[in-house]
Amino acid sequence: MVSRADTPSSTPTKKPVIETKQSVVIRFAGDSGDGMQLTGTEFTRAVAIAGNDIATFPDYPAEIRAPVGTLAGVSGYQLHFSSENIHTPGDAPDVLVVMNPAALKRSLAELPRGGMIIANSDAFTDQNLAKVGYAANPLEDGSLDGYRLFAVAMEAHCKNALAGLEGVGFKEISRSKNMWALGLMYWLFNRPVDKQLEWLTDKFKKSPAILEANLRVFKAGYAFGDTVELFHETYQVESAPMEAGTYRNVMGNQMTALGLATAAVKAGVPMFFGAYPITPASDVLHNIAKFKSYGVTTFQAEDEIAAICSAIGAAFGGVLGVTVTSGPGFALKLEAMGLAVMMELPLVIIDVQRAGPSTGLPTKTEQSDLLQALYGRNGESPLPVLAAQSPVDCFTTAIEAVRMATRYMTPIVVLTDGYIANGAEPWKLPDVEKDIAPIEVKFRTDPNGYQVYARDPQTLARAWVKPGTPKLEHRVGGLEKDFLTGMVSYDNVNHQKMVDVRADKVLRIRQDLPPSVVEGAQDGDLLVIGWGGTYGALKQSVQRMASAGKKIGHLHLRWLNPLPADLERVFARFKKVIVCELNGTSKSGGQLWRHLRAELLVPALYYTKVQGTPFTTAELTAAFEAVLRGEPAPSSLKV
Amino acid sequence: MTSANAPSSPSSPAGNGLVKLTRKDFQSKSEVRWCPGCGDYAVLATVQRLLPEIGVARENMVFVSGIGCSSRFPYYMETYGMHTIHGRAPALATGLKVARPDLDVWVITGDGDSLAIGGNHTLHMLRRNPNLKVLLFNNRIYGLTKGQYSPSSEQGKISKSSPMGAIDYPINPLQFALGCQASFVARAVDVDKGLYDVLLKAHQHKGTAYVEILQNCVVFNDGAWFDLRDNKETKGKAQLVLVDKQPMLFDNGSKGIGFDRATMKPFVIDLVAEPARKGEVLIHDETDPAGMMAHVLAGMSYPQFPVPLGVLRRHTRPTYEDMVQAQHQKAAEKGVGDLKKLIYSGDLWDVR
Ligand code: SF4
Repeated sequence: MVSRADTPSSTPTKKPVIETKQSVVIRFAGDSGDGMQLTGTEFTRAVAIAGNDIATFPDYPAEIRAPVGTLAGVSGYQLHFSSENIHTPGDAPDVLVVMNPAALKRSLAELPRGGMIIANSDAFTDQNLAKVGYAANPLEDGSLDGYRLFAVAMEAHCKNALAGLEGVGFKEISRSKNMWALGLMYWLFNRPVDKQLEWLTDKFKKSPAILEANLRVFKAGYAFGDTVELFHETYQVESAPMEAGTYRNVMGNQMTALGLATAAVKAGVPMFFGAYPITPASDVLHNIAKFKSYGVTTFQAEDEIAAICSAIGAAFGGVLGVTVTSGPGFALKLEAMGLAVMMELPLVIIDVQRAGPSTGLPTKTEQSDLLQALYGRNGESPLPVLAAQSPVDCFTTAIEAVRMATRYMTPIVVLTDGYIANGAEPWKLPDVEKDIAPIEVKFRTDPNGYQVYARDPQTLARAWVKPGTPKLEHRVGGLEKDFLTGMVSYDNVNHQKMVDVRADKVLRIRQDLPPSVVEGAQDGDLLVIGWGGTYGALKQSVQRMASAGKKIGHLHLRWLNPLPADLERVFARFKKVIVCELNGTSKSGGQLWRHLRAELLVPALYYTKVQGTPFTTAELTAAFEAVLRGEPAPSSLKV
Repeated sequence: MTSANAPSSPSSPAGNGLVKLTRKDFQSKSEVRWCPGCGDYAVLATVQRLLPEIGVARENMVFVSGIGCSSRFPYYMETYGMHTIHGRAPALATGLKVARPDLDVWVITGDGDSLAIGGNHTLHMLRRNPNLKVLLFNNRIYGLTKGQYSPSSEQGKISKSSPMGAIDYPINPLQFALGCQASFVARAVDVDKGLYDVLLKAHQHKGTAYVEILQNCVVFNDGAWFDLRDNKETKGKAQLVLVDKQPMLFDNGSKGIGFDRATMKPFVIDLVAEPARKGEVLIHDETDPAGMMAHVLAGMSYPQFPVPLGVLRRHTRPTYEDMVQAQHQKAAEKGVGDLKKLIYSGDLWDVR
C-alpha cells in the first residue's frame, strides 16, 4: 500500500480512529546530520512523561558526520514504549521513520511485514538512491507493497512552514525536518504538544529566530497529520502500571554521574574525578562536571594514564578518587590500577565498554572487557569487579562501588556498556534520606600503634590516613611492603603473605553480598546466567518462557569478583546452565563462561554475540528453546 | 575542592607547636641504598637541611616520585610519601595537590622518568602550573636499569644499549620546560651549596617550580658534569651563577655575558682584556614576564658558554588548584550539597 499526499487539504474531514496499542517500537533513522538522536530523545521524553514504560537504543556511527547519504552514515534511535513493564528497546520496529534511502536500506530488513514506514520522499533523489545501490525508487516501484508506506515530502513541508521567516535558508529548512517528523509523531501517537512547545521555548530562548522556526515546523508536522487524509488511524498507548512515586527519564551515563555525586555526599568526603574524553564514556564526565557544589572536582587529564594517576594521588590525599573510561583507555590504566592494588587505596574505575579490540566499533556496545578487568594487570593483582545492569542501575552500582572501595580500601572496577550508557528508562526517584544509606568512611588520626599495613580483622582493610595528620607520616608505593610496617621488603615469604592477603581481602567482600536471586523458575531444566547490560533482554526472554510453563530461570550477576558464595548451590538446582554475554567468539565461548568454568568447574553452555547490538528476545528465546530440546545453542549469526 | 582539611600551620613545624625540627627529624628509618658516592646523597642531605627552615609542618609535606634511582627518595624522608610508577609522578602529584591544596607537595624525578616515559605528564604539569616543587635529577643515564643512554645523554654516548654510540639527539630539560610555559625554571649542581638557595626559592615560588639538578651517577656515567662539577680547573669558566638583578659575570668576575642585537646572539666578554665593555654585560632579570632571555640562557652550553645555574625564570601566574578552588566557590554560591535538588531535577512526573 502506498499513500501519497503532499498537499494537505485545507479542511480536516473525518477524524481517524484511535487504536489502543500495548506497545510500540519506533525507529527514527537518517543521516548523522539529520538530528535523529534529538528527535528520538525528545519523543522519549514525551512518552516517558505520559507514564509509559520505556527502553531505548540509540545507534549511531563513529564518525561525527560520515559521508552524506551513505549506509555508514545512518544514525538510528529506537524507542520502545508500552503500557506494560518492558525491559528491552524491542527486537524490531513497528514504525520506521526514515529520512533518506540509506536509512531505509539499513532498517528495512528488521521491519516486519505490515509495519509502518514514514519516509521523507524529498531525500529519495536519483543521486541518493544510487549511493546505496537502489536501481529504482523503492517508494514508487512497488517493492514496499507489503508495508504501510507513507511517503511524505518533509522538506517541502518545512519550506512552506518557514516561508517568509527571515534568516532561514536552505540549510535551516533541511535541518528542521526532524522537528517536523517529531510533530507528526506527536499527532500519530496522540500526545499533547504543550510540554514540547515549552521545552523548545526554553531550549531556544536565546535565539528567537531559531525558536520560531522550530515551533513552526513542529506544529506543521502535527497539523499535517490532522489535515491530511492519509492516516486512517492514530495510536494510543496507555500509561504503564508503574509504582507510585515521582519519576524522571534518565540515561546510564547520567546515572553513573549522579550515583557518584550522591556517594560523595553520603560519604561526606569530597570526590576527585579524573578522566580523558573517550566514546562512549565522555557523558559521565560532562554530567559530573556540573556537580561541583556536591564536592566533586573534575580533572580533564592529558591522557588516560594521568586520569587514573591523578585520582590515585587524590585518594592518597584522603578524597574519593574516581576515573571513567572505555576499553582502550582501560587498557592504558591497568598499570596504575596495579599501583592502587599495592598501595591499598580506595579508587573507582568505571569502564563503559564498547566493541573492541583496539579502536573496534567505538559507538557500538559489547561486554568484552570482563577478562581485562579481572586479570589484566601484571603480577597477582586482584580487585573487585561489579557490573551495572540497566541505565537506572548505574546509579546504585556507582554508590555500591564507592561504599566497597572505601570499606575494603581497594581499587574497584565498575563495568557498564555503551548500550545502557546511552539507553534511557524511567527512574522512580528515591527518598534521598531513607533509601540511600550513608557511606561510613573513617580516617585514622591516632598515632598510637599505627602500622601502615595493619588490618581491620573483619575487612582486612588497612587504615586510611590523610596527609596532614601529625605523627602518622608514612610512605606507600609500588614496591612490595612489609606485612605490618609498610617498609620496603624484598623478603620472599613476606611477598607471598602480602599476595595472599590482598586476594583474601577481595574475597572478604562476599560477606557483604546478599543471597543470589533467581528470576523465573527456581529450579528445573535451564538456568540462564548473564551480567551487565543484557539484563533486560534476558529477563524478558526468560519471563515469557517461564510463564509459558518452561522450567527456566535467570540469574544476573552483579558481582564478577568476588563471585557470590552461593553460586554452586544455585547451579545445582538446574539441569543445565547457559551463560549469555556480548563477547567471546562463536567457537570459544564467552568471558564470564570461562571465568565461571575456571572458578567453579561448572559444565556450562554459552550463547554469545558480538555484533555491536544488544541481544534480541527472539534470538535468546530460540537459543533457550533449542537447549531445552537437547540441541546445541545456535550461533547468534544464524538466528 | 571543598576539603575539610585544616590548612597547614607554619607555627607548628613538628605538629605539636613546641619543637623546632632538625635535619634528623626528616630522616626516615629506611636505610638509604644508593651506591656509595652517588650524587643523590648530597641532594637528600640538602633537602633534609632545608625543610626545617621553610615553615611548613612536617605532616603537611608529601614527596611523590616515579621510578628510577632518585625516585627512592620519598622512602628516605620522614614525611608523607608515594613512590609510584614510571613517569607518572606529575599526574599523581597534580591530583593530590588539586584535592589537597593545603599540602606541600614535592616531586622527585629523573631524566628517564621525567623526559622519556613521563614527558607528556611533565609538559601538562608545567602548563597547568599546580604549586609543586619538581626536582629533576639529571645524570644523563639510566642508572637503575644499569646503564642505558637516556633522553639527555649526549649523541655518540657509548652505553650498554648503544655500543656504537647513541644517535638520539639529546633533550635540554630547561628549554623543554620553558617551552611548556613553566613558571619557575632553575638549575643547580647536586654537590654545590647553590642547590640550597635554588630549592628555597623554588619553595617560595607559588606555582610549578622545575629544578634541574645536575647529578652524578658514579657507577654508570661518572663525570657526566665533569667540567662544571668536578674539575677545579674549568669549574669557574663552566658555571654562570645567576643572581637576580645582577650582571651576568663568571670566572671570578673576569668574564661577562653580552647580547648582540644585530644577530640576536649572546656572546662572552673578556673583561680583563676589555674592561671598558663592562656596561655591555647583561643584567639578569628572572622575573621578566616575557622571559625571552631565559630561553637564551637555557640554550647556553659549555665550552662555548658557561652553563647558567640558579633561577632562569620566575614568573607568577595563578596556580591550577587556586583556579579549581575559585570555580568551586562560584558553584557553591548557588548552594552546596542538596541531594534532593540533584536528584529531583529535570522533567519529573508523578504516578499515583
Ligand atoms: S646507579 Fe648511579 S644514580 Fe643510581 S644509585 Fe648508583 S650512582 Fe646513584
